[in-house]
Amino acid sequence: MTNKKLPVSLLIMSFLFIGFHIAQPPKTVHAFSSQVIQQGAVGDDVIELQARLQYIGFYNGKIDGVFGWGTYWALRNFQYEFGLEIDGLAGATTKQKLTQATEYNEQYVKNQINQGKDFTHYGGTEGTGGTNQSGGNNTGNTESNTAVNVPQGYSQNDIQLMANAVYGEARGEPYVGQVAVAAVILNRVESSTFPNTVSGVIFEPRAFTAVADGQIWLTPNETAKEAVLDAINGWDPSGNAQYYFNPDTATSAWIWSRPQIKKIGKHIFCK
Amino acid sequence: MIRWILIAVLSIGIAGTAFWGYQEHQEKNAVLIQAENTYQRAFHELTYHVDLLNDKIGSALAMNSEQRLSPQLVEIWRITSEALSDVSQLPLGLLPFNKTEEFLSEIGDFTYRTAVRNLESEPLSDEETKSLENLYKQSGDIKDELRQVQHVALDNNLRWMDVQLAMANEDEQLDNTIIDGLKTIEKTVEGFSEGNGDSSISNTTVKEHEYKYLNGEKISEDEALAKAQKLFNVKNRDKLNISTSGKGADVPLYSISYRNDKKSAYMDLSQKGGHPITLLVDRPVGKKQISLNAGMEKAKKYLEQFNFENMTVFQSNQFDNIGAYSFLYSKDGVRYYSDAMEVKVALDNGDVLGLTANDYFMNHSEREAPEPEISEEEAKKMVNPNVEIQEQFLAVIDNDLGEEVLTYEFLGTLGNETYRIFINAKDGREERVEKLSGSEINYASAT
Repeated sequence: MTNKKLPVSLLIMSFLFIGFHIAQPPKTVHAFSSQVIQQGAVGDDVIELQARLQYIGFYNGKIDGVFGWGTYWALRNFQYEFGLEIDGLAGATTKQKLTQATEYNEQYVKNQINQGKDFTHYGGTEGTGGTNQSGGNNTGNTESNTAVNVPQGYSQNDIQLMANAVYGEARGEPYVGQVAVAAVILNRVESSTFPNTVSGVIFEPRAFTAVADGQIWLTPNETAKEAVLDAINGWDPSGNAQYYFNPDTATSAWIWSRPQIKKIGKHIFCK
Repeated sequence: MIRWILIAVLSIGIAGTAFWGYQEHQEKNAVLIQAENTYQRAFHELTYHVDLLNDKIGSALAMNSEQRLSPQLVEIWRITSEALSDVSQLPLGLLPFNKTEEFLSEIGDFTYRTAVRNLESEPLSDEETKSLENLYKQSGDIKDELRQVQHVALDNNLRWMDVQLAMANEDEQLDNTIIDGLKTIEKTVEGFSEGNGDSSISNTTVKEHEYKYLNGEKISEDEALAKAQKLFNVKNRDKLNISTSGKGADVPLYSISYRNDKKSAYMDLSQKGGHPITLLVDRPVGKKQISLNAGMEKAKKYLEQFNFENMTVFQSNQFDNIGAYSFLYSKDGVRYYSDAMEVKVALDNGDVLGLTANDYFMNHSEREAPEPEISEEEAKKMVNPNVEIQEQFLAVIDNDLGEEVLTYEFLGTLGNETYRIFINAKDGREERVEKLSGSEINYASAT
């Protein structure tokens, strides 16, 4: 049975392929999606890029799905060796060259990553495609990315802690107001009259009411996190403020003596 | 009669006791929160300091000149002592944490010894470089463990007061993540015998030039509203709110905000010249449809519309479905680190969600093209010979004194790390060495 069917299906398949080749312009890349991949990108295309670069020995870091410096240098070296323009971008030509020179077993690579293996020798070992069945049941809907981008000098935990503070202090405020509160925390870290770390500023006694009454431990929403990220990335709608207060509830007369910058939502920001 | 008096006295007594009890309870809570906050601060500072320590040791490895290395070692020594003081503030009396403390003092001893020595006449020996590499590796492991514990603690809202209670009742075998995590760290260490909180851009600029070169005439509120209307793409001008900044502002601003049920937008325009200082749009961002690269093209187009010329992309990062791009002013092949701006693009449809040009307007001016006095080859010789140089630029940065200096900027690798090294183009001084990171293990997905 199978012996008879095989040639027929092969024939059909080869026709399909021929049709495919004629229909597509020669520059098409079959494997990657059509995007130009550049430094800072995350996702499946980056995993494929890292795996393929590792396959031919240019990349020896972890396959983590984040296009960081290691991937960048590997790509540039690849472009240099293959006589391409050295720009550190995976565009159509580069991707095509890379696809021709390497093989990529997506299922195998992702299984390895999802099983939490330190996965750094793709291509070196023979791909024993997915025979490992001891892995946990977490392969279903987890993301394959094992790393994320963070702003230089910050950990996800720092961002989380700041998001807690921002949410506790300003959850009812407009978005800019939340970014401004996050910016004030960072301005204080910069200033010599306040502690030099984010946690130092946040937990400084009598600095934030949300810390004093425990509201800081409410679970922050995504908006608060995004606001923190914006502030870390350089946005400061507070106008370089170091203090802010709510004029309806402020009890200290001293705070009114600070030079005011502006009012966002319910908060007045000042120097 | 006596019965009634008795009842009255007793009920007053009960009410009084209840009130007193309530006050005591409030006071106890306040004290508990206070203590908890102190512990939280010490713990989060400890993780941050160890992270910083790891970073600084990493940078020290790529340094070449004594003028740079000595202060760096002093810095490491200082951070070590801060980390040690953090450890001592944690309620760990019942938990063996002495190995970690030992490790920290080991780093402290090493850096103190080498920092006070005259490194010019007696540079680091091979053996010392090796132990520095070792310390780098070990501090990296401890950092990862601590960050992991911190993630669990933040995620589960763990309280240090509970830890203390758990340790006090030792017969109760509680599954306490903090204790377990710290014990793991302790084991990690057993196996072996400030502020860096800046994005790398602002890290290189310290001096604020106070918007000296902001050009143009003062614009009226009406003109500001017209600009905002165009930028926010709003038909009805009545929906825009405008206010002027107060006395404390560094530069006089118009702040314009807009809000409907789908999105809100906010913008600061300088009153002089009507330049956009900050712009932020908030709306829900859908599934990612366009690439980081396509988003960058949108960001470039957006900047051109403001007539910002000669801006080159310095770095790009994807955070979920948002692309963040940094641009630097670049002229005659020289990049000016102080003239920076950032653009934020939604990767669902390519809309620009934010712009901040504060640094740019604070510092930017038409400078004369500086000429390097030493050659690139000479500058390369000043870089640590172990660093493999991959890319080079000419760059103007602010040095430690806040002066703008022309430098050769080298991007190089040492082991698996990438470094950015600035060599003064006049006298070959090693102005700055930075270890570049930018990604981290995803704690949320690592199980």
